[in-house]
Amino acid sequence: MKDSTIPLAIEARGLVKRYGHKAALDGVDLDVPRGSVCALLGPNGAGKTTAVRVLTTLTEPDAGTASVAGHDIASDPVEVRRSIGLAAQEATVDGLLTGHENLTMIGELHHLGRKRARARADELLAQFTLTDARDKLAREYSGGMRRRLDLAATLVARPEVLFLDEPTTGLDPRARNDLWDVLEHLVDGGATLLLTTQYLEEADRLADDIVVVDHGKVIARGDSRSLKRQAGGDHLHVVCADRSDVEAVAGIVARFASGAPSIDDRAVTAPAEGGVGAIARLADALDDEDIVVEDLGLRQPTLDDAFLTLTGAPAEEEVAA
Amino acid sequence: MTTRPLRGGWGQTPTQAFAADAWVIARRGLKHMRRQPEALSDATIQPIMFVLLFAFVFGGAINVPGGGSYKEFLMGGIFAQTIVFGCFGVAMALAHDRTNGAIDRFHSLPIARATFLTGHAVASLIRSLLPIVFMTATGFVVGWRIHANFLHILTGYGLMIAFSFAVIWIGVMMASLVSTPEAVQGLAFIAIFPITFIASTFVPTSTLPGVLKTFAEWNPTSSLANALRHEFGNPGGIVPHDAAWPLQHPIAYTLLWAAAIVAVCAPLSVALYQRSIRT
Repeated sequence: MKDSTIPLAIEARGLVKRYGHKAALDGVDLDVPRGSVCALLGPNGAGKTTAVRVLTTLTEPDAGTASVAGHDIASDPVEVRRSIGLAAQEATVDGLLTGHENLTMIGELHHLGRKRARARADELLAQFTLTDARDKLAREYSGGMRRRLDLAATLVARPEVLFLDEPTTGLDPRARNDLWDVLEHLVDGGATLLLTTQYLEEADRLADDIVVVDHGKVIARGDSRSLKRQAGGDHLHVVCADRSDVEAVAGIVARFASGAPSIDDRAVTAPAEGGVGAIARLADALDDEDIVVEDLGLRQPTLDDAFLTLTGAPAEEEVAA
Repeated sequence: MTTRPLRGGWGQTPTQAFAADAWVIARRGLKHMRRQPEALSDATIQPIMFVLLFAFVFGGAINVPGGGSYKEFLMGGIFAQTIVFGCFGVAMALAHDRTNGAIDRFHSLPIARATFLTGHAVASLIRSLLPIVFMTATGFVVGWRIHANFLHILTGYGLMIAFSFAVIWIGVMMASLVSTPEAVQGLAFIAIFPITFIASTFVPTSTLPGVLKTFAEWNPTSSLANALRHEFGNPGGIVPHDAAWPLQHPIAYTLLWAAAIVAVCAPLSVALYQRSIRT
Protein backbone atom coordinates (compact mmCIF):
# COMPACT_ATOMS: atom_id res chain seq x y z
CA MET A 1 0.00 0.00 0.00
CA LYS A 2 3.00 2.28 0.35
CA ASP A 3 3.65 1.87 -3.36
CA SER A 4 3.92 5.42 -4.62
CA THR A 5 2.82 4.49 -8.15
CA ILE A 6 -0.74 3.83 -6.98
CA PRO A 7 -2.64 7.12 -7.13
CA LEU A 8 -4.34 8.16 -3.93
CA ALA A 9 -8.09 8.72 -3.86
CA ILE A 10 -7.89 10.41 -0.49
CA GLU A 11 -4.85 12.14 0.89
CA ALA A 12 -5.00 14.08 4.13
CA ARG A 13 -2.21 15.78 6.06
CA GLY A 14 -2.46 17.06 9.60
CA LEU A 15 -6.22 17.66 9.68
CA VAL A 16 -7.33 19.56 12.75
CA LYS A 17 -10.89 20.52 13.62
CA ARG A 18 -11.76 22.08 16.95
CA TYR A 19 -15.11 22.62 18.57
CA GLY A 20 -14.47 25.10 21.34
CA HIS A 21 -11.56 23.70 23.32
CA LYS A 22 -12.14 20.13 22.23
CA ALA A 23 -10.24 18.91 19.19
CA ALA A 24 -12.50 16.54 17.25
CA LEU A 25 -9.59 15.98 14.87
CA ASP A 26 -6.13 16.41 16.24
CA GLY A 27 -3.70 16.07 13.35
CA VAL A 28 -5.03 13.23 11.20
CA ASP A 29 -3.13 11.87 8.19
CA LEU A 30 -4.82 9.55 5.72
CA ASP A 31 -3.72 7.80 2.54
CA VAL A 32 -6.37 5.83 0.72
CA PRO A 33 -5.23 4.35 -2.60
CA ARG A 34 -7.69 4.29 -5.50
CA GLY A 35 -9.89 1.23 -5.52
CA SER A 36 -9.26 0.31 -1.91
CA VAL A 37 -11.46 0.21 1.15
CA CYS A 38 -10.43 2.06 4.24
CA ALA A 39 -12.25 1.77 7.55
CA LEU A 40 -12.05 4.45 10.18
CA LEU A 41 -12.58 2.46 13.33
CA GLY A 42 -13.19 4.01 16.70
CA PRO A 43 -15.63 4.52 19.55
CA ASN A 44 -18.34 7.17 19.64
CA GLY A 45 -16.87 10.66 19.66
CA ALA A 46 -13.50 9.54 18.31
CA GLY A 47 -13.70 12.01 15.42
CA LYS A 48 -14.79 9.65 12.65
CA THR A 49 -17.78 11.69 11.54
CA THR A 50 -15.82 14.93 11.72
CA ALA A 51 -13.19 13.41 9.43
CA VAL A 52 -15.89 12.48 6.93
CA ARG A 53 -17.46 15.95 7.15
CA VAL A 54 -14.12 17.62 6.47
CA LEU A 55 -13.26 15.33 3.55
CA THR A 56 -16.70 15.80 1.97
CA THR A 57 -16.39 19.61 2.26
CA LEU A 58 -19.33 19.88 4.68
CA THR A 59 -17.08 21.63 7.13
CA GLU A 60 -13.71 23.35 6.88
CA PRO A 61 -10.71 22.13 8.85
CA ASP A 62 -8.95 24.53 11.22
CA ALA A 63 -5.61 23.26 9.98
CA GLY A 64 -4.21 20.73 7.55
CA THR A 65 -4.82 19.91 3.90
CA ALA A 66 -6.61 17.19 2.03
CA SER A 67 -7.45 16.19 -1.49
CA VAL A 68 -10.17 13.84 -2.64
CA ALA A 69 -10.15 12.31 -6.13
CA GLY A 70 -7.29 14.67 -6.93
CA HIS A 71 -9.18 17.85 -5.97
CA ASP A 72 -8.23 20.04 -3.06
CA ILE A 73 -11.04 20.29 -0.50
CA ALA A 74 -10.28 23.94 0.25
CA SER A 75 -9.69 25.39 -3.22
CA ASP A 76 -11.92 23.10 -5.29
CA PRO A 77 -14.85 21.96 -3.15
CA VAL A 78 -17.36 21.78 -6.00
CA GLU A 79 -15.12 19.40 -7.99
CA VAL A 80 -14.74 17.32 -4.84
CA ARG A 81 -18.50 17.17 -4.45
CA ARG A 82 -18.85 16.16 -8.10
CA SER A 83 -16.57 13.19 -7.47
CA ILE A 84 -17.98 11.83 -4.24
CA GLY A 85 -21.02 10.16 -2.79
CA LEU A 86 -21.87 10.55 0.88
CA ALA A 87 -24.15 8.45 3.03
CA ALA A 88 -24.39 10.23 6.35
CA GLN A 89 -24.83 8.47 9.66
CA GLU A 90 -28.60 8.67 9.71
CA ALA A 91 -29.99 7.45 6.43
CA THR A 92 -30.93 10.85 5.03
CA VAL A 93 -33.37 9.68 2.42
CA ASP A 94 -36.37 11.95 2.11
CA GLY A 95 -39.28 10.23 3.82
CA LEU A 96 -41.89 12.30 2.02
CA LEU A 97 -40.58 11.39 -1.41
CA THR A 98 -40.87 7.98 -3.06
CA GLY A 99 -37.75 5.90 -3.64
CA HIS A 100 -37.78 6.84 -7.29
CA GLU A 101 -38.29 10.55 -6.57
CA ASN A 102 -35.43 10.50 -4.07
CA LEU A 103 -32.97 9.14 -6.62
CA THR A 104 -34.27 11.26 -9.48
CA MET A 105 -33.86 14.41 -7.41
CA ILE A 106 -30.22 13.56 -6.64
CA GLY A 107 -29.61 12.86 -10.32
CA GLU A 108 -31.12 16.19 -11.32
CA LEU A 109 -28.93 17.98 -8.80
CA HIS A 110 -25.96 16.22 -10.41
CA HIS A 111 -27.21 17.84 -13.63
CA LEU A 112 -27.96 14.61 -15.42
CA GLY A 113 -31.16 16.08 -16.83
CA ARG A 114 -34.64 14.87 -15.91
CA LYS A 115 -34.75 12.00 -18.39
CA ARG A 116 -31.34 10.58 -17.62
CA ALA A 117 -31.91 11.06 -13.88
CA ARG A 118 -35.14 9.05 -14.04
CA ALA A 119 -33.51 6.25 -16.01
CA ARG A 120 -30.57 6.12 -13.60
CA ALA A 121 -33.01 5.99 -10.66
CA ASP A 122 -34.75 2.92 -12.10
CA GLU A 123 -31.40 1.28 -12.75
CA LEU A 124 -30.32 1.77 -9.14
CA LEU A 125 -33.66 0.66 -7.69
CA ALA A 126 -33.25 -2.58 -9.61
CA GLN A 127 -29.65 -2.98 -8.46
CA PHE A 128 -30.69 -2.58 -4.81
CA THR A 129 -33.82 -4.75 -5.17
CA LEU A 130 -36.11 -1.82 -4.44
CA THR A 131 -38.06 -1.87 -7.70
CA ASP A 132 -41.18 -3.13 -5.93
CA ALA A 133 -41.04 -0.17 -3.57
CA ARG A 134 -40.31 2.31 -6.36
CA ASP A 135 -43.41 4.44 -5.83
CA LYS A 136 -43.78 4.03 -2.09
CA LEU A 137 -42.90 6.94 0.17
CA ALA A 138 -39.50 6.30 1.76
CA ARG A 139 -40.94 6.79 5.24
CA GLU A 140 -42.79 3.50 4.72
CA TYR A 141 -39.52 1.68 4.03
CA SER A 142 -37.93 -0.65 6.59
CA GLY A 143 -34.59 0.30 8.15
CA GLY A 144 -32.68 -1.95 5.77
CA MET A 145 -34.53 -0.61 2.74
CA ARG A 146 -33.82 2.97 3.79
CA ARG A 147 -30.12 2.19 4.03
CA ARG A 148 -30.14 0.58 0.61
CA LEU A 149 -31.93 3.59 -0.85
CA ASP A 150 -29.47 5.88 0.91
CA LEU A 151 -26.59 3.91 -0.56
CA ALA A 152 -28.22 3.99 -4.00
CA ALA A 153 -28.50 7.77 -3.65
CA THR A 154 -24.77 8.08 -3.10
CA LEU A 155 -24.14 6.12 -6.31
CA VAL A 156 -26.35 8.13 -8.65
CA ALA A 157 -23.49 9.94 -10.37
CA ARG A 158 -21.13 6.93 -10.21
CA PRO A 159 -18.75 8.72 -7.85
CA GLU A 160 -15.04 7.92 -7.72
CA VAL A 161 -14.95 8.01 -3.94
CA LEU A 162 -17.68 6.89 -1.56
CA PHE A 163 -18.01 7.99 2.04
CA LEU A 164 -20.21 5.88 4.26
CA ASP A 165 -20.60 7.05 7.83
CA GLU A 166 -21.53 4.07 10.00
CA PRO A 167 -23.46 2.40 7.19
CA THR A 168 -24.91 -0.41 9.31
CA THR A 169 -25.45 1.24 12.69
CA GLY A 170 -28.94 0.50 13.94
CA LEU A 171 -29.60 -2.36 11.56
CA ASP A 172 -30.57 -5.83 12.72
CA PRO A 173 -27.97 -8.56 12.04
CA ARG A 174 -29.74 -9.83 8.97
CA ALA A 175 -30.10 -6.43 7.34
CA ARG A 176 -26.47 -5.74 8.24
CA ASN A 177 -25.34 -8.90 6.51
CA ASP A 178 -27.36 -8.01 3.42
CA LEU A 179 -25.78 -4.57 3.34
CA TRP A 180 -22.30 -6.04 3.73
CA ASP A 181 -22.94 -8.19 0.69
CA VAL A 182 -23.96 -5.10 -1.26
CA LEU A 183 -20.87 -3.21 -0.10
CA GLU A 184 -18.54 -6.08 -0.99
CA HIS A 185 -20.06 -6.09 -4.43
CA LEU A 186 -19.40 -2.38 -4.82
CA VAL A 187 -15.84 -2.83 -3.78
CA ASP A 188 -15.36 -5.59 -6.33
CA GLY A 189 -16.48 -3.06 -8.92
CA GLY A 190 -13.44 -0.92 -8.14
CA ALA A 191 -14.86 1.94 -6.08
CA THR A 192 -12.77 3.66 -3.46
CA LEU A 193 -14.57 3.45 -0.17
CA LEU A 194 -14.02 5.21 3.11
CA LEU A 195 -16.32 3.90 5.80
CA THR A 196 -16.52 4.61 9.47
CA THR A 197 -17.60 1.99 11.92
CA GLN A 198 -17.67 1.03 15.56
CA TYR A 199 -17.83 -2.64 14.61
CA LEU A 200 -14.57 -4.50 14.36
CA GLU A 201 -16.30 -7.26 12.51
CA GLU A 202 -17.39 -4.81 9.86
CA ALA A 203 -13.92 -3.32 9.43
CA ASP A 204 -12.41 -6.80 9.37
CA ARG A 205 -14.80 -8.01 6.72
CA LEU A 206 -14.83 -5.04 4.35
CA ALA A 207 -11.62 -3.06 4.69
CA ASP A 208 -8.16 -3.42 3.17
CA ASP A 209 -6.80 -0.92 5.63
CA ILE A 210 -8.07 -0.12 9.07
CA VAL A 211 -7.30 3.20 10.70
CA VAL A 212 -8.04 3.21 14.40
CA VAL A 213 -8.94 6.64 15.72
CA ASP A 214 -9.53 7.76 19.26
CA HIS A 215 -9.83 11.28 20.65
CA GLY A 216 -9.21 12.78 17.23
CA LYS A 217 -5.89 10.99 16.71
CA VAL A 218 -4.87 8.02 14.62
CA ILE A 219 -3.61 5.50 17.15
CA ALA A 220 -2.95 2.60 14.81
CA ARG A 221 -3.25 1.63 11.20
CA GLY A 222 -2.75 -1.41 9.07
CA ASP A 223 -4.63 -4.48 7.91
CA SER A 224 -6.47 -6.58 10.44
CA ARG A 225 -3.56 -9.02 10.84
CA SER A 226 -1.02 -6.36 11.71
CA LEU A 227 -3.46 -4.75 14.13
CA LYS A 228 -3.91 -8.06 15.89
CA ARG A 229 -0.15 -8.29 16.16
CA GLN A 230 -0.09 -4.86 17.77
CA ALA A 231 -2.47 -6.20 20.38
CA GLY A 232 0.51 -8.01 21.85
CA GLY A 233 0.63 -11.57 20.59
CA ASP A 234 -0.74 -14.68 22.27
CA HIS A 235 -2.80 -14.82 25.43
CA LEU A 236 -3.14 -17.46 28.09
CA HIS A 237 -6.78 -18.21 28.64
CA VAL A 238 -8.19 -20.20 31.55
CA VAL A 239 -11.83 -20.87 32.39
CA CYS A 240 -12.37 -22.14 35.96
CA ALA A 241 -14.92 -24.82 36.70
CA ASP A 242 -15.73 -23.16 40.02
CA ARG A 243 -16.18 -19.42 40.21
CA SER A 244 -14.61 -19.21 43.68
CA ASP A 245 -11.25 -20.34 42.26
CA VAL A 246 -10.95 -17.42 39.91
CA GLU A 247 -8.77 -15.24 42.17
CA ALA A 248 -6.39 -18.12 42.91
CA VAL A 249 -6.14 -18.94 39.21
CA ALA A 250 -5.35 -15.32 38.38
CA GLY A 251 -2.51 -15.50 40.87
CA ILE A 252 -1.07 -18.61 39.29
CA VAL A 253 -1.52 -17.30 35.74
CA ALA A 254 0.38 -14.15 36.71
CA ARG A 255 3.51 -16.26 37.38
CA PHE A 256 3.63 -17.38 33.73
CA ALA A 257 2.28 -14.28 32.03
CA SER A 258 4.14 -11.29 30.63
CA GLY A 259 1.43 -8.88 31.76
CA ALA A 260 -1.31 -8.45 34.32
CA PRO A 261 -4.15 -10.98 34.04
CA SER A 262 -7.69 -9.77 33.53
CA ILE A 263 -10.75 -11.52 34.97
CA ASP A 264 -14.09 -11.85 33.28
CA ASP A 265 -16.56 -13.96 35.28
CA ARG A 266 -14.91 -17.43 35.39
CA ALA A 267 -12.30 -16.62 32.74
CA VAL A 268 -8.78 -15.38 33.30
CA THR A 269 -6.76 -13.94 30.39
CA ALA A 270 -3.19 -12.67 30.31
CA PRO A 271 -0.58 -11.96 27.65
CA ALA A 272 2.08 -14.68 27.41
CA GLU A 273 5.37 -15.04 25.63
CA GLY A 274 6.37 -18.60 26.53
CA GLY A 275 4.19 -20.26 23.91
CA VAL A 276 3.21 -23.87 24.39
CA GLY A 277 5.78 -24.31 27.14
CA ALA A 278 3.96 -21.79 29.26
CA ILE A 279 0.76 -23.78 28.89
CA ALA A 280 2.40 -26.98 30.08
CA ARG A 281 3.89 -25.25 33.14
CA LEU A 282 0.58 -23.52 33.88
CA ALA A 283 -1.29 -26.85 33.67
CA ASP A 284 1.17 -28.42 36.13
CA ALA A 285 0.84 -25.50 38.55
CA LEU A 286 -2.96 -25.62 38.48
CA ASP A 287 -2.84 -29.36 39.04
CA ASP A 288 -0.56 -28.87 42.08
CA GLU A 289 -3.18 -26.60 43.62
CA ASP A 290 -5.98 -29.09 42.83
CA ILE A 291 -7.89 -26.53 40.80
CA VAL A 292 -10.27 -27.94 38.21
CA VAL A 293 -10.45 -25.97 34.99
CA GLU A 294 -12.96 -26.20 32.20
CA ASP A 295 -10.78 -24.79 29.48
CA LEU A 296 -7.11 -23.95 29.22
CA GLY A 297 -5.33 -22.68 26.15
CA LEU A 298 -3.35 -20.22 24.16
CA ARG A 299 -5.54 -17.72 22.37
CA GLN A 300 -4.75 -15.67 19.29
CA PRO A 301 -5.75 -12.06 19.81
CA THR A 302 -8.91 -10.86 18.08
CA LEU A 303 -9.44 -7.43 16.66
CA ASP A 304 -11.42 -6.76 19.82
CA ASP A 305 -8.29 -7.36 21.86
CA ALA A 306 -6.39 -5.05 19.55
CA PHE A 307 -9.01 -2.38 20.02
CA LEU A 308 -8.91 -2.84 23.76
CA THR A 309 -5.14 -2.58 23.86
CA LEU A 310 -5.03 0.42 21.56
CA THR A 311 -7.82 2.54 22.96
CA GLY A 312 -7.70 1.37 26.56
CA ALA A 313 -11.43 0.80 26.46
CA PRO A 314 -13.59 -2.07 25.31
CA ALA A 315 -15.14 -1.78 21.87
CA GLU A 316 -18.76 -0.65 21.78
CA GLU A 317 -21.22 -3.46 22.20
CA GLU A 318 -23.05 -4.24 19.02
CA VAL A 319 -26.47 -2.62 18.68
CA ALA A 320 -25.78 -0.68 21.88
CA ALA A 321 -25.31 2.42 19.72
CA MET B 1 -18.46 1.57 -10.76
CA THR B 2 -15.83 0.73 -13.33
CA THR B 3 -17.54 3.01 -15.83
CA ARG B 4 -16.75 6.67 -16.01
CA PRO B 5 -18.52 8.98 -13.61
CA LEU B 6 -21.79 10.40 -14.85
CA ARG B 7 -21.48 14.05 -15.65
CA GLY B 8 -24.00 16.45 -16.96
CA GLY B 9 -24.85 20.07 -17.23
CA TRP B 10 -22.47 20.84 -20.06
CA GLY B 11 -23.44 24.00 -21.89
CA GLN B 12 -25.41 25.30 -18.93
CA THR B 13 -24.35 28.66 -17.57
CA PRO B 14 -23.87 28.82 -13.79
CA THR B 15 -27.00 30.97 -13.52
CA GLN B 16 -29.08 28.48 -15.48
CA ALA B 17 -27.74 25.63 -13.38
CA PHE B 18 -28.50 27.55 -10.20
CA ALA B 19 -32.08 28.29 -11.28
CA ALA B 20 -32.66 24.68 -12.32
CA ASP B 21 -31.22 23.33 -9.06
CA ALA B 22 -33.25 25.74 -6.95
CA TRP B 23 -36.38 24.67 -8.78
CA VAL B 24 -35.58 20.99 -8.02
CA ILE B 25 -35.39 21.88 -4.32
CA ALA B 26 -38.54 24.00 -4.56
CA ARG B 27 -40.44 21.11 -6.18
CA ARG B 28 -39.33 18.90 -3.32
CA GLY B 29 -40.67 21.46 -0.84
CA LEU B 30 -44.01 21.61 -2.64
CA LYS B 31 -44.27 17.81 -2.61
CA HIS B 32 -43.60 17.88 1.13
CA MET B 33 -46.47 20.31 1.61
CA ARG B 34 -48.84 18.21 -0.48
CA ARG B 35 -47.99 15.05 1.37
CA GLN B 36 -48.12 16.58 4.83
CA PRO B 37 -51.33 18.59 4.82
CA GLU B 38 -51.32 18.76 8.62
CA ALA B 39 -48.18 20.92 8.44
CA LEU B 40 -50.09 23.31 6.20
CA SER B 41 -52.77 24.09 8.77
CA ASP B 42 -51.22 27.46 9.62
CA ALA B 43 -51.66 28.45 5.98
CA THR B 44 -55.12 26.97 5.45
CA ILE B 45 -57.34 26.19 8.43
CA GLN B 46 -55.88 28.77 10.79
CA PRO B 47 -56.61 31.87 8.66
CA ILE B 48 -60.10 30.59 7.89
CA MET B 49 -60.67 30.06 11.61
CA PHE B 50 -59.43 33.55 12.40
CA VAL B 51 -61.79 35.09 9.86
CA LEU B 52 -64.79 33.20 11.23
CA LEU B 53 -63.81 33.74 14.88
CA PHE B 54 -63.26 37.47 14.67
CA ALA B 55 -66.10 38.12 12.27
CA PHE B 56 -68.71 36.37 14.39
CA VAL B 57 -67.39 36.29 17.96
CA PHE B 58 -65.73 39.71 18.32
CA GLY B 59 -67.32 41.40 15.35
CA GLY B 60 -70.33 42.74 17.22
CA ALA B 61 -68.28 44.19 20.08
CA ILE B 62 -65.83 46.29 18.08
CA ASN B 63 -66.77 49.62 16.55
CA VAL B 64 -64.98 50.81 13.44
CA PRO B 65 -64.19 54.53 13.67
CA GLY B 66 -65.94 56.41 10.92
CA GLY B 67 -68.48 53.61 10.70
CA GLY B 68 -68.62 50.70 8.31
CA SER B 69 -68.71 46.92 8.51
CA TYR B 70 -66.29 45.26 10.97
CA LYS B 71 -66.09 42.24 8.69
CA GLU B 72 -64.74 44.49 5.96
CA PHE B 73 -62.36 46.18 8.41
CA LEU B 74 -61.21 42.78 9.66
CA MET B 75 -60.07 41.29 6.34
CA GLY B 76 -57.13 43.63 5.79
CA GLY B 77 -55.92 42.79 9.29
CA ILE B 78 -56.23 39.03 8.89
CA PHE B 79 -54.47 39.13 5.53
CA ALA B 80 -51.62 41.05 7.17
CA GLN B 81 -51.41 38.77 10.20
CA THR B 82 -51.38 35.59 8.15
CA ILE B 83 -48.71 36.98 5.85
CA VAL B 84 -46.48 37.84 8.81
CA PHE B 85 -47.10 34.34 10.21
CA GLY B 86 -45.82 33.07 6.87
CA CYS B 87 -42.28 33.22 8.23
CA PHE B 88 -43.11 30.10 10.28
CA GLY B 89 -43.44 27.81 7.29
CA VAL B 90 -39.96 28.23 5.88
CA ALA B 91 -38.39 28.25 9.35
CA MET B 92 -40.06 24.96 10.22
CA ALA B 93 -39.15 23.37 6.89
CA LEU B 94 -35.49 24.38 7.31
CA ALA B 95 -35.37 23.25 10.94
CA HIS B 96 -36.77 19.85 9.96
CA ASP B 97 -34.22 19.43 7.19
CA ARG B 98 -31.52 20.30 9.64
CA THR B 99 -32.57 17.90 12.38
CA ASN B 100 -33.00 14.93 10.03
CA GLY B 101 -29.67 15.43 8.26
CA ALA B 102 -31.13 16.20 4.81
CA ILE B 103 -29.00 19.33 4.65
CA ASP B 104 -25.79 17.30 4.65
CA ARG B 105 -26.93 15.32 1.68
CA PHE B 106 -27.70 18.46 -0.33
CA HIS B 107 -24.49 20.15 0.67
CA SER B 108 -22.44 17.17 -0.43
CA LEU B 109 -23.85 17.62 -3.94
CA PRO B 110 -22.16 19.78 -6.58
CA ILE B 111 -24.63 22.64 -6.29
CA ALA B 112 -24.03 26.26 -5.30
CA ARG B 113 -24.27 26.91 -1.57
CA ALA B 114 -27.22 29.28 -1.88
CA THR B 115 -29.29 26.79 -3.90
CA PHE B 116 -30.83 25.05 -0.94
CA LEU B 117 -32.08 28.24 0.71
CA THR B 118 -33.31 29.69 -2.56
CA GLY B 119 -35.29 26.54 -3.32
CA HIS B 120 -36.88 26.69 0.11
CA ALA B 121 -37.69 30.38 -0.36
CA VAL B 122 -39.35 29.75 -3.72
CA ALA B 123 -41.45 26.92 -2.29
CA SER B 124 -42.44 29.13 0.63
CA LEU B 125 -43.46 31.96 -1.65
CA ILE B 126 -45.72 29.60 -3.59
CA ARG B 127 -47.03 28.26 -0.28
CA SER B 128 -47.85 31.77 0.88
CA LEU B 129 -50.32 32.12 -2.00
CA LEU B 130 -52.48 29.43 -0.38
CA PRO B 131 -53.74 31.37 2.64
CA ILE B 132 -54.33 34.44 0.48
CA VAL B 133 -56.65 32.39 -1.72
CA PHE B 134 -58.34 30.65 1.23
CA MET B 135 -58.94 33.90 3.09
CA THR B 136 -60.25 35.69 0.03
CA ALA B 137 -62.82 32.92 -0.39
CA THR B 138 -63.76 32.81 3.31
CA GLY B 139 -63.99 36.60 3.38
CA PHE B 140 -66.45 36.61 0.53
CA VAL B 141 -68.53 33.96 2.27
CA VAL B 142 -68.81 36.00 5.51
CA GLY B 143 -69.71 39.18 3.66
CA TRP B 144 -66.44 40.94 2.83
CA ARG B 145 -66.62 42.97 -0.38
CA ILE B 146 -64.02 44.91 -2.37
CA HIS B 147 -65.06 48.41 -3.36
CA ALA B 148 -62.24 49.35 -5.69
CA ASN B 149 -61.18 49.16 -9.31
CA PHE B 150 -58.99 46.48 -10.84
CA LEU B 151 -55.75 48.44 -10.50
CA HIS B 152 -56.25 48.89 -6.74
CA ILE B 153 -57.12 45.23 -6.29
CA LEU B 154 -53.95 44.30 -8.17
CA THR B 155 -51.92 46.67 -5.98
CA GLY B 156 -53.43 45.08 -2.84
CA TYR B 157 -52.58 41.52 -3.85
CA GLY B 158 -49.19 42.63 -5.15
CA LEU B 159 -48.42 44.12 -1.75
CA MET B 160 -49.36 40.86 -0.05
CA ILE B 161 -47.03 38.86 -2.26
CA ALA B 162 -44.19 41.36 -1.84
CA PHE B 163 -44.50 41.27 1.94
CA SER B 164 -44.78 37.45 1.90
CA PHE B 165 -41.44 37.36 0.11
CA ALA B 166 -39.91 39.68 2.68
CA VAL B 167 -41.00 37.67 5.74
CA ILE B 168 -39.54 34.48 4.27
CA TRP B 169 -36.11 35.93 5.07
CA ILE B 170 -37.16 36.50 8.66
CA GLY B 171 -38.05 32.81 8.71
CA VAL B 172 -34.66 31.81 7.33
CA MET B 173 -33.03 33.95 9.98
CA MET B 174 -35.06 32.30 12.74
CA ALA B 175 -34.04 28.87 11.46
CA SER B 176 -30.37 29.93 11.59
CA LEU B 177 -30.62 31.23 15.13
CA VAL B 178 -32.20 28.12 16.64
CA SER B 179 -31.79 24.57 15.47
CA THR B 180 -34.90 22.54 16.24
CA PRO B 181 -38.49 22.81 15.02
CA GLU B 182 -39.66 23.15 18.64
CA ALA B 183 -37.33 26.08 19.25
CA VAL B 184 -38.56 27.74 16.06
CA GLN B 185 -42.09 27.47 17.36
CA GLY B 186 -41.11 28.97 20.69
CA LEU B 187 -39.25 31.84 19.08
CA ALA B 188 -42.08 32.57 16.68
CA PHE B 189 -44.60 32.59 19.49
CA ILE B 190 -42.61 35.07 21.53
CA ALA B 191 -41.52 37.29 18.66
CA ILE B 192 -44.27 37.12 16.08
CA PHE B 193 -47.46 37.03 18.14
CA PRO B 194 -47.02 40.47 19.73
CA ILE B 195 -46.07 41.96 16.38
CA THR B 196 -49.28 40.78 14.78
CA PHE B 197 -51.53 41.69 17.73
CA ILE B 198 -50.14 45.08 18.79
CA ALA B 199 -51.26 46.48 15.47
CA SER B 200 -54.37 47.56 13.67
CA THR B 201 -55.02 43.90 12.83
CA PHE B 202 -58.26 43.45 14.76
CA VAL B 203 -58.89 46.85 16.34
CA PRO B 204 -58.27 50.41 15.18
CA THR B 205 -54.98 51.70 16.63
CA SER B 206 -56.79 54.75 18.06
CA THR B 207 -58.24 52.51 20.78
CA LEU B 208 -54.81 51.50 22.14
CA PRO B 209 -53.15 53.16 25.16
CA GLY B 210 -49.96 55.31 24.96
CA VAL B 211 -46.86 53.31 24.08
CA LEU B 212 -48.79 50.47 22.52
CA LYS B 213 -50.52 52.97 20.24
CA THR B 214 -47.20 54.35 19.00
CA PHE B 215 -45.83 50.82 18.52
CA ALA B 216 -48.94 49.83 16.60
CA GLU B 217 -48.82 52.92 14.41
CA TRP B 218 -45.25 52.20 13.32
CA ASN B 219 -45.73 48.43 13.13
CA PRO B 220 -45.55 47.23 9.51
CA THR B 221 -48.38 44.76 10.23
CA SER B 222 -50.60 47.82 10.75
CA SER B 223 -49.41 49.55 7.63
CA LEU B 224 -49.91 46.41 5.55
CA ALA B 225 -53.42 45.99 6.98
CA ASN B 226 -54.21 49.66 6.40
CA ALA B 227 -52.79 49.62 2.89
CA LEU B 228 -55.00 46.63 2.02
CA ARG B 229 -58.06 48.36 3.53
CA HIS B 230 -57.21 51.41 1.51
CA GLU B 231 -56.74 49.52 -1.75
CA PHE B 232 -59.87 47.40 -1.29
CA GLY B 233 -61.99 50.41 -0.30
CA ASN B 234 -62.74 48.91 3.12
CA PRO B 235 -63.36 50.84 6.35
CA GLY B 236 -60.19 51.90 8.21
CA GLY B 237 -58.41 52.65 4.96
CA ILE B 238 -58.83 56.41 5.24
CA VAL B 239 -57.13 58.12 8.21
CA PRO B 240 -57.33 61.66 9.58
CA HIS B 241 -54.71 64.14 8.36
CA ASP B 242 -53.04 64.44 11.77
CA ALA B 243 -52.38 60.67 12.00
CA ALA B 244 -48.83 59.27 12.20
CA TRP B 245 -46.84 59.22 8.95
CA PRO B 246 -47.04 55.44 8.43
CA LEU B 247 -50.81 55.59 8.70
CA GLN B 248 -50.93 58.37 6.13
CA HIS B 249 -48.72 56.52 3.65
CA PRO B 250 -49.41 52.84 4.30
CA ILE B 251 -48.34 51.55 0.89
CA ALA B 252 -45.04 53.43 0.81
CA TYR B 253 -44.35 52.51 4.43
CA THR B 254 -45.15 48.83 3.83
CA LEU B 255 -42.95 48.66 0.74
CA LEU B 256 -40.18 50.42 2.63
CA TRP B 257 -40.37 47.75 5.31
CA ALA B 258 -40.45 44.93 2.78
CA ALA B 259 -37.39 46.35 1.03
CA ALA B 260 -35.59 46.90 4.33
CA ILE B 261 -36.34 43.38 5.55
CA VAL B 262 -35.02 41.86 2.33
CA ALA B 263 -31.99 44.17 2.22
CA VAL B 264 -31.00 43.41 5.81
CA CYS B 265 -32.33 39.93 6.51
CA ALA B 266 -31.56 38.18 3.22
CA PRO B 267 -27.77 38.62 3.27
CA LEU B 268 -27.66 38.35 7.04
CA SER B 269 -29.76 35.20 7.19
CA VAL B 270 -27.76 33.59 4.39
CA ALA B 271 -24.53 34.36 6.25
CA LEU B 272 -25.94 33.17 9.59
CA TYR B 273 -27.31 30.07 7.95
CA GLN B 274 -24.01 29.19 6.27
CA ARG B 275 -22.23 29.65 9.55
CA SER B 276 -24.76 27.61 11.50
CA ILE B 277 -24.41 24.58 9.22
CA ARG B 278 -20.67 24.66 8.64
CA THR B 279 -19.73 23.47 12.07
